Amino acid sequence: MRTSRKSPFFHWFVVPAVVLAVVFVSAMAALFQYSFREYIPGSIAVGGFTFGNFARMAKWLYVRVFVDSLNYAALTAVFNLLLGYPLAYALVRSRSAILKSLIMIVTISPLFTGDIVRTYAWLIVLGKNGFINSVLRDLGLITQPLELLYTPAGVVIALVQYSMPVMVIILAAAISHIDVDYERAAASLGASPVKVFFKVTLPLSAPGIVSGLITIFAWTLSAFATPQLVGGGKVNMISNMVYNMGFSNFDFPFAAVLSMTALLLTMALLALIRFSAQRFERIGLH
Amino acid sequence: MRRATRRRLTNAAWAVVLGLILIYMVVPSIVVVLAAFNDKAILSFPPQSWSWRWFNKAINYDDFRNGFYNGLFVTAWASGIALVVGTAFAYAIDRFEFRGKRLLETILLSPLVIPHFTVGLAFLILASQLVLTRTFFIVVVTHVILVLPFVLRSVYVSLRNLDTTVERAAASLGATPLQVLLRIDLPLLAPGLFGGWLFAAILSFNEFTASLFVTGQRTQTLPVAMYTYVREYADPSMAAISTMFIVSTAIILVIANRFLGLQRILAIEAQR
Repeated sequence: MRTSRKSPFFHWFVVPAVVLAVVFVSAMAALFQYSFREYIPGSIAVGGFTFGNFARMAKWLYVRVFVDSLNYAALTAVFNLLLGYPLAYALVRSRSAILKSLIMIVTISPLFTGDIVRTYAWLIVLGKNGFINSVLRDLGLITQPLELLYTPAGVVIALVQYSMPVMVIILAAAISHIDVDYERAAASLGASPVKVFFKVTLPLSAPGIVSGLITIFAWTLSAFATPQLVGGGKVNMISNMVYNMGFSNFDFPFAAVLSMTALLLTMALLALIRFSAQRFERIGLH
Repeated sequence: MRRATRRRLTNAAWAVVLGLILIYMVVPSIVVVLAAFNDKAILSFPPQSWSWRWFNKAINYDDFRNGFYNGLFVTAWASGIALVVGTAFAYAIDRFEFRGKRLLETILLSPLVIPHFTVGLAFLILASQLVLTRTFFIVVVTHVILVLPFVLRSVYVSLRNLDTTVERAAASLGATPLQVLLRIDLPLLAPGLFGGWLFAAILSFNEFTASLFVTGQRTQTLPVAMYTYVREYADPSMAAISTMFIVSTAIILVIANRFLGLQRILAIEAQR
């Protein structure tokens, strides 16, 4: 059924998409263009052409936020794998339909509730008078409230829960592709269930693990609401720095430089996903 | 005997691990619901007395009301435009060969991987250059760009699964191309269209990061109004409105699962 422009309504199908693509490319071009404009302190207007904004990136103040962000993203990805794997495994392999739907509801539905609702929830879980501290105080385990909010640990705890649905979806897809016969064969040859898991299932799901880790890493780097609220200005990631640069300092050229950098970083990670996927295909694991 | 005990121990350990992870996932939502029904303004767990008053306060709070209506307005336009443009373009990708097809596809799918704060900042700068800042127009355009990929994918998958012999049968019986499109293709694609639209609408209504950049006081959507509220006040009205969000999302998902199957919606999301 593939034809080249035979249909009488070809233009009706393509022109609206072209218009939207042009609008989007113009926005990205505007961002790119702004990163080369001079910042005029105290004004939203920008000055002439300059490379100076890129040189400003070299300050430790800004480099540190990038290093911290990469750090939090890596921690989030690793914890996501550790906690997400059991969920994904149970989601695919459990024989209980109730457990499956429970996991489905608990892990997947947060994807649809929105950043703000989910982040706000963590504020009242981690806060000074929040859930964790109240429970620990009532149990007599602590006298002074734990500092969880506005700390890196709190941000990572919230980020891991935030990106869990994506990790579970990716891992579940990988696990469901594994042929159960391999596991049965190992079991029939006398391997214990634990051994079957570590020697057969886990290695065979390696492609999913790699793509999950990188995806969560990239996904965390673009998170905004969680570090913004749970970090409370004390823990900053790239996104928060971009926002503050724009809306507190009105330094939109530098905000543009920072977002362009974040964009390049994300693109590099995506290239890495593609590269690793190809490698796994070549080895024949998939 | 030793083997059986060991197996039972492994199973018990496995159940505990799974239970703890599920608790970690679900605790935030439960705490929000508890806080929403707590009569006191100061959080305590478990609450000593219960009331609906925070729901009352949240519903009658002007910024939440305006945010809700603004959000509905933006979502209706954004998901509607994305549905029409996305469906048409998915059809074009499936059926036609033309120059620049791949490029166009790459550009329109790229918002899936570009951080939302980058998209938001880009549209804010574009708006300021076109003197469109703080208009609904720029908010709707931003949302269309962000949700279009989901419609594109959902419709494209349905098109691939469409049996084209039905079209040929209709054509051979004398149906015009327009009739084939409207009376054969459209009804057969309806579930894919609805799934894509629903997903786009949910995402648009909940979108926060890019919206924070492109909305102003007059055009702010509900998530932006909620963000502003959290930064200024600490009373449980926020918990009440979050509870309404959680409950309505759950209801929509259960219904969508009934009619569409969550798996198909997830198949779109999994590749993100």
